[in-house]
Parts: sequence; structure tokens; C-alpha cells
Amino acid sequence: MSSRLTRIVGSSIVKKQAMAITGLLLCGFLVTHLAGNFLIIYSADAFNQYAYALTSNPLIYVAEAGLAALFLGHIGMAIKLTLENHKARPQKYYMKKPTGRGSTFASSTMPYTGMITLIFLVIHLINFKFGPLYMTTVDGVEMRDLYRTVVEYFASPLNVLWYIIAMVALGIHLSHGVWSAFQSLGFNHPSYTPTLRMASKAFAVLIVVGYSSLPIYCYLIQGGH
Amino acid sequence: MGNNTVSMNLNLKIWRQKSATDKGEMVDYKLTDVSPDMSFLEMLDMLNDRLIREGKDPVAFDHDCREGICGMCSLMINGQAHGPERETTTCQLHMRSFKNGDTIVIEPWRAKAFPIHKDLMVDRSAFDEIIAAGGYVSVNTGHAPDANAIPIPKENADLAMDAAACIGCAACVASCKNASAMLFVSAKISQLALLPQGEAESKQRAEAMVAKMDELGFGNCTNEAECEASCPKGIDISNIARMNREFIKGGLTNR
Ligand code: HEM
Ligand code: FES
Repeated sequence: MSSRLTRIVGSSIVKKQAMAITGLLLCGFLVTHLAGNFLIIYSADAFNQYAYALTSNPLIYVAEAGLAALFLGHIGMAIKLTLENHKARPQKYYMKKPTGRGSTFASSTMPYTGMITLIFLVIHLINFKFGPLYMTTVDGVEMRDLYRTVVEYFASPLNVLWYIIAMVALGIHLSHGVWSAFQSLGFNHPSYTPTLRMASKAFAVLIVVGYSSLPIYCYLIQGGH
Repeated sequence: MGNNTVSMNLNLKIWRQKSATDKGEMVDYKLTDVSPDMSFLEMLDMLNDRLIREGKDPVAFDHDCREGICGMCSLMINGQAHGPERETTTCQLHMRSFKNGDTIVIEPWRAKAFPIHKDLMVDRSAFDEIIAAGGYVSVNTGHAPDANAIPIPKENADLAMDAAACIGCAACVASCKNASAMLFVSAKISQLALLPQGEAESKQRAEAMVAKMDELGFGNCTNEAECEASCPKGIDISNIARMNREFIKGGLTNR
């Protein structure tokens, strides 16, 4: 019985579905994170209070652990699957040409766009979460001035540019990934698959435009520094 | 056919490998006076004819029916499984799809699960092993049943028939960048799962066939659909989604 369980859990299909579920949950994170970030435009105090509310709640450790698990699960599985896929064809073709009716740029670069996202993630955490620590007081409460950390960082056009490049890579990842995740989970039907494929691309555009707009905003409010 | 009086001269680059253990290499051949009306395999026959006359070893390649139904012919032609034409097996591909002076690269299917026998011939027993693991209905069928004894919705009959069009040629594995066999396996699972006769064993079937597929060292699908685009029978990846559902259904409900 337990060998049956390990065989099922270790199967190619369940591994793909683990990729899909972690990927979709990470998309959920992207949406909430983006929504919170938009408070930057609303006001510095609102943004700082939001960040403070999150970090001062003890549940943040549970949430962060969950998020870390999603990333590690997704990345770990990505590495495992990609290595297995390389092993499945030890000798490469002398010549290999896509048909033009199947794979796309996005679908064939998933490991690379994923890798860029990972590099971005590490740099992102270093710059902000573990970045310069300023303090401020809002309504009599002393809290971290994360707003200042963020805005100062985006005074540099190079930082803005790198951020946007990373977001485009993530967007390319998602334009295939979201649809692909549904396919892996068994969703494919003529009545909704075309819509799902469109929605996957639309979601990717939303993430790229949404996330890229904030560094541009931060850069512009400083008069191009 | 329009230009059948014009014969073609071709440069062929063919994978030659003496045996399973030989290292193998690409070898160049020049072939003249090829008729555009020849099939691709007839063109290779012509080359072999010449090689035999010259006392050389002919190029080994697989084929049987030469009418697009048996799935024996394979060949990676200019980097595409079964060559450039859509929904066309190598045996049904004609030289009019090429131009005079073209260089044509011909390679065997490449996958860890398909070891090369010789030259362009690979061992596709792995597919037989997957079928043996569960791609059947284990009832004594006896006489052919009355066609309408078991009512089947038209949509299911059509979908099962589409999946059953698979000839097991393995172009899906060959064209997949991951050498995944999921289109083949999903077609074989679907053709049975969609019909009442096959539905009964569907809980075990997906699990058993996928386990065998994994064990044989095929890669994991990344949903790029190169298999669908290369399939000479136009089998589509909605079958893979069905297999994914069948697998979960079996995993949760099979005792
Ligand atoms: C916010 C970050 C990320 C999100 C939202 C995300 C989302 C997704 C989604 C939805 C899929 C489709 C799953 C499927 O095909 O079933 C996917 C696939 C993939 N992801 Fe990510 N991903 C992220 C980060 C990463 C990172 C950091 C890496 C690698 C270092 C990565 C590597 C991959 C690879 C290689 C695949 C393809 C797997 C396959 O198709 O078999 N991803 N991702
Ligand atoms: S030889 Fe039978 S399908 Fe090509």
C-alpha cells in the first residue's frame, strides 16, 4: 500500500500537478502582493502602516513559512523535472526544428524565465526586506519606513530597469504557466480552453504592467533624480 | 503531378550506426535523378539500391505498410518528426515536398527509452510494454458484438475514435523536447476510458500505464504541444488532460 502511495506521489503526473498547484498559489501571492504595493501610490503612511500590520502580526511567520514552502516546492520540483527531462534524451538531435504549431517562446523558456525570477527574488529580498532600515512614526506608533527604502531604491534608473526586465521574464513565465497549470490539473475542454489560454496571457500582462508601474511611479515622483 | 518530369538532385545527411553499441555519425550522400513523385521511403530505397550495388551496407530504416496506417515508419527529417508536412507519416511524405539541391538531414527517433538498433531503426518495445501494463480490456470478447447492443453517446464515440487513430509511431516522443510519451499513453488510455467496455478498468489502467511509462525513462510533459503538432493522426493534447484526470480518479478511488 505504501509502495503504491509512493509510486503515485512520485509519478510524472503528480509531480507536474505539484508544479501546477504551487505555481497557481504563487500567482495568488503575486496578486495580493501587488494589491498591497499599490498603497505606495495612495500614501507613504498607508504603505508603512500596511507593512507594519503585516510584520507585527505573529501569523506572519506562518504565512512566510507557507510562502517559502511554495517557492521551494515549485523550484525544487522544477529542478527535478528539468533534470529528468534532460536525461530522457541523452543523445541530442543533429537538427531539431519546432513545427511552429506547438511550442512557443514562452513554453520553451520556462526554466530560464523561472531562473531569472529566482535571481530577482533573492535580490528583491536583499534590497527591501533586508535593505536599509529607516524608522518613522505614524499616528504615534514607531514603525519601519519601508516607503523610504523603496522610493530611494527606485531613484536609480538601473534599478527600475532591472525590476522591469525581471517582471517581463516573470510575465513570459506566466503567459505559458497559468494555462499549462490548468492542463496539468486536467482542465481542457473546447468550451473554455481558448478562454483560459487568453486569460493566461491577460493575467501575465496584468502582472507585468501592474508591478512595473510602481518603480516607474517611484522614479517619477522624485523628478527623475 | 505538376513538375514530375523534373528530377531532383539531393544532398542527404544520414545517421549511420552499425549497432546498438556503435558510436554512430552523420554521413553525407549525394543522390541524383530523384523523382518528385517518389515517396520519401522510395527515395531511401533508391539510395540503398545504389549502396548495395556498390557493395556497401544499405541504410536500415523501419517501415511496413507504406500507407500511413501501421506506425512502423519513423525518421526525423530536417529536424521534424515525419518531416515537414502536417499529419503525414514518413511513408506518405513525397519528394515533391523538397526542392532540387536541398540538403535533407535524416535521423532516428532519439529517446533514452528507444535504443537504436542500427542506423535509423530504433527499438520501440517500450510502447508495447506500456500497452501490456494496462492498455487493454480484459474480457473474453467472443464473437463481434452487435454494433448497437451498448448505446454510446455520439460525442464519446467520436472522441474515442479520435484517440484510437493513434498508430503508435512515437513521433510524439521524438518531437517532444522532453522525450515524453504522454500523448501516446493518453491516447491509449482515452480510447478505452471513453467507452463503457473500457471504463470498467479505467481506475487501474491509468495508474499502471503511467507507472510503466515513468519506469521506462520517458520525460515529463511541459504542455508545449509539439507532440500534437507532429502527430500524423492529429491526436490532440486534450487527451493528456484526460489522462491526468483519469490518473487522479484512479489514485483516489482504486482499491
Ligand atoms: C512568483 C514566482 C513564480 C510563479 C507565479 C510561477 C508559476 C508557474 C506556473 C503556474 C507554472 C505552470 C505549472 C505547470 O505547467 O503545470 C510554472 C512552471 C514552471 N516554473 Fe514557475 N513560477 C514562479 C517561479 C519560478 C521559479 C523561481 C522557477 C525556477 C527557478 C520556476 C521554474 C518553473 C519551471 C521550470 C516550470 C515548468 C515546469 C513544467 O512545465 O514542467 N518558476 N511556474
Ligand atoms: S510504413 Fe506504415 S505508417 Fe508508414
